[in-house]
Amino acid sequence: MNIHEYQAKELLRSFGVPVPFGVPVLEQGAAKDAYARVSSETGSPVAVVKAQIHAGGRGKAGGVKVVRDEAAFEQAAADIWGKTLVTHQTGPEGKKVGRLLVEQGLDIKHEYYLAVVLDRDSRRYTIIASAEGGVEIEEVAEATPEAIYQLTIDPITGLQPFHARRLAFSLGLGKHLWKSWGSLLSGLYDAAVASDAMQVEINPLVETGAGTLLALDAKVNLDENASFRHKEWQAWRDSNEEDAVEAEAAESGLSYVSMDGNIGCLVNGAGLAMATMDIIKHYGGEPANFLDVGGGATQESVTKAFEMILSSAAVRGIFVNIFGGIMRCDVIAEGIIGATRSLGLKVPLVVRLQGTRAAEGRELLAGSGLALVPVETMDEGAKRIVELVK
Amino acid sequence: MAILVDKDTRLAVQGITGGAGSFHAEQMQAYGTKVVAGVTPGKGGERFKGEVPIFNTLREAVSAEGVNATCIFVPPPFAADAILEAVDAEIPLIVAITEGIPVVDMLRVRRALEAQSVSRLIGPNCPGVITPDACKIGIMPGSIHKKGHVGVVSRSGTLTYEAVGQLSSLGIGQSTCVGIGGDPVNGTDFIDVLRLFEADSETEAVILIGEIGGSAEEDAAAFVKANVRKPVAAFIAGASAPPGKRMGHAGAIISGGKGGAADKRAALEAAGIAVASSPAEMGVTLKSILK
Repeated sequence: MNIHEYQAKELLRSFGVPVPFGVPVLEQGAAKDAYARVSSETGSPVAVVKAQIHAGGRGKAGGVKVVRDEAAFEQAAADIWGKTLVTHQTGPEGKKVGRLLVEQGLDIKHEYYLAVVLDRDSRRYTIIASAEGGVEIEEVAEATPEAIYQLTIDPITGLQPFHARRLAFSLGLGKHLWKSWGSLLSGLYDAAVASDAMQVEINPLVETGAGTLLALDAKVNLDENASFRHKEWQAWRDSNEEDAVEAEAAESGLSYVSMDGNIGCLVNGAGLAMATMDIIKHYGGEPANFLDVGGGATQESVTKAFEMILSSAAVRGIFVNIFGGIMRCDVIAEGIIGATRSLGLKVPLVVRLQGTRAAEGRELLAGSGLALVPVETMDEGAKRIVELVK
Repeated sequence: MAILVDKDTRLAVQGITGGAGSFHAEQMQAYGTKVVAGVTPGKGGERFKGEVPIFNTLREAVSAEGVNATCIFVPPPFAADAILEAVDAEIPLIVAITEGIPVVDMLRVRRALEAQSVSRLIGPNCPGVITPDACKIGIMPGSIHKKGHVGVVSRSGTLTYEAVGQLSSLGIGQSTCVGIGGDPVNGTDFIDVLRLFEADSETEAVILIGEIGGSAEEDAAAFVKANVRKPVAAFIAGASAPPGKRMGHAGAIISGGKGGAADKRAALEAAGIAVASSPAEMGVTLKSILK
C-alpha cells in the first residue's frame, strides 16, 4: 500500500525525522489558506506547491512548482489541481491530481539520497544512502554504483550509533551535521519497523544553507499484511489512487488485478491464476484480469467475483480454472450459477473444474441449463476460450 | 526415504480447534498422517474428535507425545509467535500454512531460525509437505498424488496441484512435494530443498515451480548448475504479469525491473534446466528429461 508524500512526512515527523513545514490541501478551495499558513509560519512569500499522487517523477511532469508570491501561488495551484500528470511511474494514462502539499521554500546546499528498504535477499532491513541525491537512484546505481552505500541491519539489535557514524563518514557529512544525522537515521529506521514499511525513501534529503538536514520528499510503501495492527491506515487510503474494481474485490477478500485484455479469468490460488493468464497469452489471447478467489472463498465471494467479471465491459469471454484443494468445486459452481441468475450470461464461458468435489460441481453446472463449455484440462480450456472470443 | 516427512513423523497441529485447523487435521489423519497432538491455549486436557489430546503449550505436547513436526493454522496476528514457540520447543519440522503474516514478524522469525540448527520452517503461506502414501502435512488434496521418484518444490499452492496432477496422470509418481510458500521472507528456500532432493536416494528428478518476484529462482539456477546432478525441470508463473502489481502472493511483484519471468527463465535455462513454455506442459517437460 502506498501513501501520499504529506502522509509519509507526517509519519516521519512523528518519529523525529525533520521535514519542511507544510500544509496539505484536500479541497481546491483550501489552497489559499494553506499558502497563508505556510508564509506566515516562515515569514517568507516563497513556497513550493507539490502535486500529491502515488507516483514519482512529478517534477518533470509539471507537478511541482516554486512560487515567490501569492499571485504566482494561486496560478500554480490552479494549474496543478485537476491536472493529469504522466510520469514514468503512472503509465500512459497518467494520474489526476486531487490533493496538493504546500511547503516552505528552502535554501538547498546539497541533496542526498536515503532509504530504508526491506531487502528480500538478506531478509533484513537495509539502509541505502548516497551523496548523489535528487535523481533517480536507479540511474546512480547504473552509472556510479560506488557512490551508493548499503548497510544491513540485524532485526534483533536494530540500528546502532556505529551504523550512523559509518554512513556519515562515507557520505562525507560535515561535523556540524553528525548529531542531527544520528537522530534522523534512527528515527527513519524506527519509523520503518514500527509502521511495517516495505520501503521508506527520502529523495532528496537536503542540507540547507543554515546547516540543517530535512526530508524534502518522502515515499512510503506499507506491508498490507500488517493492516490489522494499523487502524490509522484506513484514513490514509485515497480512493482516487486505487483501481475501483480492485478495491471492491479486496473488500470481498478477493485478489484482483485489472489487465488490458478481453478474457475474464476466475481462478483459485495466486500461482494458478498467474499461470492461467500466461497460458491464455501463450495461445494468442489477452487476459482481462488476474483474479484469485483464494482458498477460503464462500459462495457469496465467488458470486461477487463472477459478477465483477460479468459486469466488465471489456470482457468477451470467461475462463474459470479451478483446481480444488481447500476450495470446493461445488461452491464455485453455485457461485457461477448465482451470479448468472442475476446478471445473465452473454459471453462464452469455459469451465475447468478439477480436485475437491469436481464431479458435484460439474453436475450442478450441467443441471443449471447454462450455455457453458466444460473442459478437462487448463490447456484445453485456454485454447477453447481463445478460439471463442476471436 | 523421500525427504522431510515419512511414516514415522509425529505431528502436532497448532490451532487444531480453529476452522481450518480442525478441518485439515481430519484430512491429514484420513490420509494416514500420525496426528498425535493438538495445541490450543486454554483447551489443554480436552481431546480433538474424542481422541487426539490437546495441550496448552507445544512443549507439553512434545514431552507427552514425542512430537517431531508441527503444522500451524494460527491466524496472522499470532502466527509468528506460534512459529517461535515451535522453534523454542525444538521441533525439527515446522510447517506454517498461515497466509498474511507481516514481513516484519517474519524478519524476527528468520533471525531466530538462523540462530539455531534443530528446527526447519517450511512456509509460511504454503500448502505444506507431502510424501505420497506416507505422510501429508498441509492442505493439498492428497488424492492427486502418486508415490514415485520425482521431487516437487514450489512457491505456489494450486499451481503445485496442477503440476502434480499432470505428473500423476502421466504415470509419474512423486517422492516428496514441498510448497515453500509465496511470501517474500520464508523459512526454507529452493536451494535448501534442492540440496535435500539431490541427497535423497528415492528422488531421481526434480521439478521446480517458481514465479515472478525476488531472485530465488536465479539463486536456485546457480545452485543447480554447481551442485545438482539429477535432471531438473521448471516452470515460472507470471510471464504475463504487469510490473509493480502484487499478483496475489505478497512476494509476487516485479519491482525496479527485477523479478520478471523472462530473466528467471533465462537463468534456469543457462543452468541446463528444462523450462516448460506453458503451465500445461509442466508434466511433459519433466517426462522429457527422465533418464
